[in-house]
Amino acid sequence: MMEITARNIRQWNRLGPRAVYGLALYELIGRDERVYALSADLGTSSGLGRLMADAPERYLNVGIAEQDLIGVSAGLAKEGLIPFASSFAPFITMRCADQVRMNMGYMHLNIKAVGLSSGVSVGGLGNSHFGADDVALMRAIPGMVVLSPADCVEVVKAVEAAAAYEGPVYIRLTGEAGFPNIHNGDIDLKIGKAISLREGEDVTIIAAGSMAHMAAEVSDRLRERGAGCAVLDMHTIKPLDTEAVRRAAKRSGLIVTMEEHSVIGGLGSAVAQVIAGEGVRPRAISLGMPDAYLKNGSYSYLLEQCGLTVDAATERIWDALQE
Amino acid sequence: MGEDELRSAVLNVKKRMLTMANACGGRTHLGGSLSMAELLTVLYKSVIRYDPSNPQWPERDRFILSKGHCVLAFYAVLAECGFISDQLLSTFQQDGTVLGAHPTMALELGIESSNGSLGQGIGMAVGMAKAARLKGQKHRIYVLLGNGECNEGAVWEAAMLASQWGLDNLTAIIDDNDMQSDGGSGQIVHMRLKDIWESFGWDALEINGHDVAEILGAYNTAPRSGHPRVIIGHTVKGHGISFMENNGEWHHNRLTDKLYEQACRELEAGA
Repeated sequence: MMEITARNIRQWNRLGPRAVYGLALYELIGRDERVYALSADLGTSSGLGRLMADAPERYLNVGIAEQDLIGVSAGLAKEGLIPFASSFAPFITMRCADQVRMNMGYMHLNIKAVGLSSGVSVGGLGNSHFGADDVALMRAIPGMVVLSPADCVEVVKAVEAAAAYEGPVYIRLTGEAGFPNIHNGDIDLKIGKAISLREGEDVTIIAAGSMAHMAAEVSDRLRERGAGCAVLDMHTIKPLDTEAVRRAAKRSGLIVTMEEHSVIGGLGSAVAQVIAGEGVRPRAISLGMPDAYLKNGSYSYLLEQCGLTVDAATERIWDALQE
Repeated sequence: MGEDELRSAVLNVKKRMLTMANACGGRTHLGGSLSMAELLTVLYKSVIRYDPSNPQWPERDRFILSKGHCVLAFYAVLAECGFISDQLLSTFQQDGTVLGAHPTMALELGIESSNGSLGQGIGMAVGMAKAARLKGQKHRIYVLLGNGECNEGAVWEAAMLASQWGLDNLTAIIDDNDMQSDGGSGQIVHMRLKDIWESFGWDALEINGHDVAEILGAYNTAPRSGHPRVIIGHTVKGHGISFMENNGEWHHNRLTDKLYEQACRELEAGA
């Protein structure tokens, strides 16, 4: 297992989620002979440089062919191996959606698909590379586990949890090198079990991936203004921790979801679906990417365009609390 | 198994198909199932290794029906080989059955994969062939595709990789009846399949896909080391039944009792 030390966390934070994915997989192949790394010609972009150099026999590059990436992964999984297949988020979900549906869904094969730089974290690469709809697609597939780690410690834990879990998993990477950490030590990341980051009575923010650390900052700002704001780090979008959502709905008059994903079909939709079935009806706000294509720009510019900043989220929630 | 016995097995398979198609009361893909009957029966009766009493046998050869809509022939062959009982066969396309209009993975019945979305079986077959290499296993992988299915781009993603990886434990079989859903393939997308497969680095054999001796000869030809192999069987859609042969209406159609009886008589007469 990867050693969770303050020094390692600092280093991982500097490297960013893709590189940390590569490190976690490198460690994993060293202790589990069934695990293979696959990519559609994006090994280096997947942080697999060291793995490719030290263990080339454990890295399979299928060429720029994402449909085949999932098909070949299916064949390996069928024969008892554990393929981790990575590409940029839209290319490992939408591009090969039918292969995902048949092999990971219908046949429930033990494939781990890893979406790199989802949301708008590829910044200047533009809309063709954004992961705006990957969660919507993946969570609609029966039996799929969807993980959205919030920081580098969670990336490591998500890779380990995915390998230990028998069945299809989608790991969605967001954020970039230097993003603030949530965790400063070891954590117990259980699939389907949210992590509480802040306590508070007036509002609960349910956040995933890169938005979790922002949600925690928003909570601190609201507390300074006298409003209690709980934060749930929903690292597993499917199966959703519905109990945690229900508890939040009963406790807070306002539920806010924050995600680097379209407001259609992602965490916000999943949470709304749970709340809709409850007797109590808190107000619900979904913060995420708009149902539109964005202008070109840097990661920070794009987050600002989406209203996914600490300032914007704080004001939006504060205003809602005043209404 | 000798050629006469193989011909007799093919006749049994075709009879089972007609009986299932008639009994289910619905539309079935009889045309494309009849065109591949010899290719699949000979494969199961004389080539691949399996044990119906131990379907999970790790050393079994693997078969994937990539043209999943022609599952009628697959179920009939699996019944003929002891995987599926007559009782279960009678549930074909009935409510709640495991034997639907496209295969659903059920290794206990000898069904390795779920198919129906065209172009996907070969990708999985490439992965299975690679896994056998990685694990040092000797079994072989066979995948059966339709000529129309070869329109799918995913077929070629898999084909180029199989060749790159030198998967000589992989055999693709093409049921080339020169037709597809909307009509004749020549008028839709004309593909020179042998040339194309060869250009992708595969060894390609062309045979008469209804000639049991030719099929057996092709399957028994030793594969060239380091090359995947494709066997292109030229076939006739609806083969052996006069009103179905080369008739696009029988891509997916319903039998009546009268047509069923006529088809059975023609099969017997042709045997």
